Amino acid sequence: MDRRRLEERVMKGLMILSTLLVVGSSVCILLTIFLKGVSAIDLNMLIQTPKGGYYLGKEGGILNAILGSLVLGVGATFLAFLVSVPITFYLNLYLRRASRFSYILRFLFDVLYGMPAIVYGAFGFTLMVFWGLKASLLAGMITIAFLIIPIMARATDEVLKMIPFELPEASLAMGTTRWETARGVIFKQALPGILTAVLLAFGRAIGDGAAVLLTAGFTDSNPSSLFKPVATLPLAIFFQLATPFPEVQRRGYAAAFILTVLILMVSLISRILSWKFTQNVVR
Amino acid sequence: MNDRHWKDLIARRLMLISGSFLLILGLLMIFMMYQRSKPILALTPLKDLLFSLSWHPTKGQFGLAGFIAGTLWVTVIAMIIAVPLSILTAIYLAEYAAKPLRGLLKPFIDLLAGISPVIYGVWGIIAIVPLVRDYFMPFLTNHLKFFPFVSENYTGFSALTAGIVLAIMIFPVLISVMEEVLHAVPFGIRESSLALGATQWQTIKGAVFKKAWPGIIAAIILGLSRAFGETMAVLMVAGCSLGQIPKSIFDAAYPLPALIATTYGEMMSIPLYDAAVLAAAFILLMITILFNMAGWGILLRMERNQI
Repeated sequence: MDRRRLEERVMKGLMILSTLLVVGSSVCILLTIFLKGVSAIDLNMLIQTPKGGYYLGKEGGILNAILGSLVLGVGATFLAFLVSVPITFYLNLYLRRASRFSYILRFLFDVLYGMPAIVYGAFGFTLMVFWGLKASLLAGMITIAFLIIPIMARATDEVLKMIPFELPEASLAMGTTRWETARGVIFKQALPGILTAVLLAFGRAIGDGAAVLLTAGFTDSNPSSLFKPVATLPLAIFFQLATPFPEVQRRGYAAAFILTVLILMVSLISRILSWKFTQNVVR
Repeated sequence: MNDRHWKDLIARRLMLISGSFLLILGLLMIFMMYQRSKPILALTPLKDLLFSLSWHPTKGQFGLAGFIAGTLWVTVIAMIIAVPLSILTAIYLAEYAAKPLRGLLKPFIDLLAGISPVIYGVWGIIAIVPLVRDYFMPFLTNHLKFFPFVSENYTGFSALTAGIVLAIMIFPVLISVMEEVLHAVPFGIRESSLALGATQWQTIKGAVFKKAWPGIIAAIILGLSRAFGETMAVLMVAGCSLGQIPKSIFDAAYPLPALIATTYGEMMSIPLYDAAVLAAAFILLMITILFNMAGWGILLRMERNQI
């Protein structure tokens, strides 16, 4: 065997090895969380709020955090939807593909997409102080909405870019306005993709801990008002693991299991929905 | 103008407003954070803020050097682990892997990108902390008694632990960007190289890489900025003890994002404390903006040149 073939073999071996390492470590994460979580979970965790001394190992559950995360996630996703979907329609329908403004906006999506969550958290915090708000559900929602706008916008933009250009052209040639084309043709065509984008953003919204730490606070009661602090799952996990009591830490593992299952379910639902809705789509 | 055109015009204006909103949001972020960190910048020279080690909020001393060093340690370790592995994996996925395998692995990698940072932190505590404490550290401190391996910290919560967890967290970004870049290289190049008798690896090394290297660099920059700003997972496993610069991969590190996250409760009670913490956030913001602009800029340029 000559040197070239040897090199080929060695490099290919290394590649397979590193792929196995990457995939293996990821599978290991999911397995660890599932195994640890399943052994620690019980029904009380899902249907009770923390009683006094929960973080010292006493009775209770994390219903407050589960509900809090869902409410916060839905609110933030809704706010983000109101901003990001119109932008992407504007980009793809009203602006020319090579126009400077569309170029700047797409670049902005990318840059904002790469901002760390903690920076959004700190920004949300300064806005909060500016408006005189306290750490609350509303502040958390707004901050998380900022965080997921670029995620949703980028995903929706990808979907709209894929739409064959004959489709809007055919519609416009019939004498419709652009808005009618957007609403009646493009939106229907892009719906499965938009749903996927929304659910992707929702999954990110319930998974984030750094931004809500600074803006949404934490509480032991269920979410009740926009202006009160709200508990979220990632923070519940974080606080439970930060205690020195093994009993509480075990419940932290169970909470981590719940969060992972939630996120996996959201991703699964988005796949199913997008598959179901593709029936109305022209290819 | 009739009703329909009015509707069109209104919709158009509303869409433009939401577009401008995003632009304003970006600028507002920079402006507000700068505004809030101004008090500390006025009192402490930037040099002291960046290079002083003494962090005593009650005495009015705010030196960020320890935290910056912590961030650098953790990020460098993560990059050393993640970059070679993800380059090799991306090449395998783009050039060698059969289509069904790629169809299986790509959604899986995307899925990982969506998992909460806190989950990675939990996994770090369960799996990596004991691994570092019981295996890596005793072995390396006993056999390699020099610079980056000697430490007194026996807890397992260390820069290395955080680096390993971070490396795994940035795999998805690195691999998906690199894979896309490799895929965009025109097929003719590979075919001409193979036709001249080069092996597949020689083709990748000599021809594909010539085209793809700026994209690979861009992916690395983006991964770096992701690692730089990651908060919760690092906070959970890095140890975070005050007043020291880590001198070993087994020392505890206290990175900048973790500082911002841990001080949110007390930050309003001590004068200038909030300004100092927000100055840290401002530094983080500017660095990640720069990195992201560089990374995405390179990728955009490549995309443009290909058309």
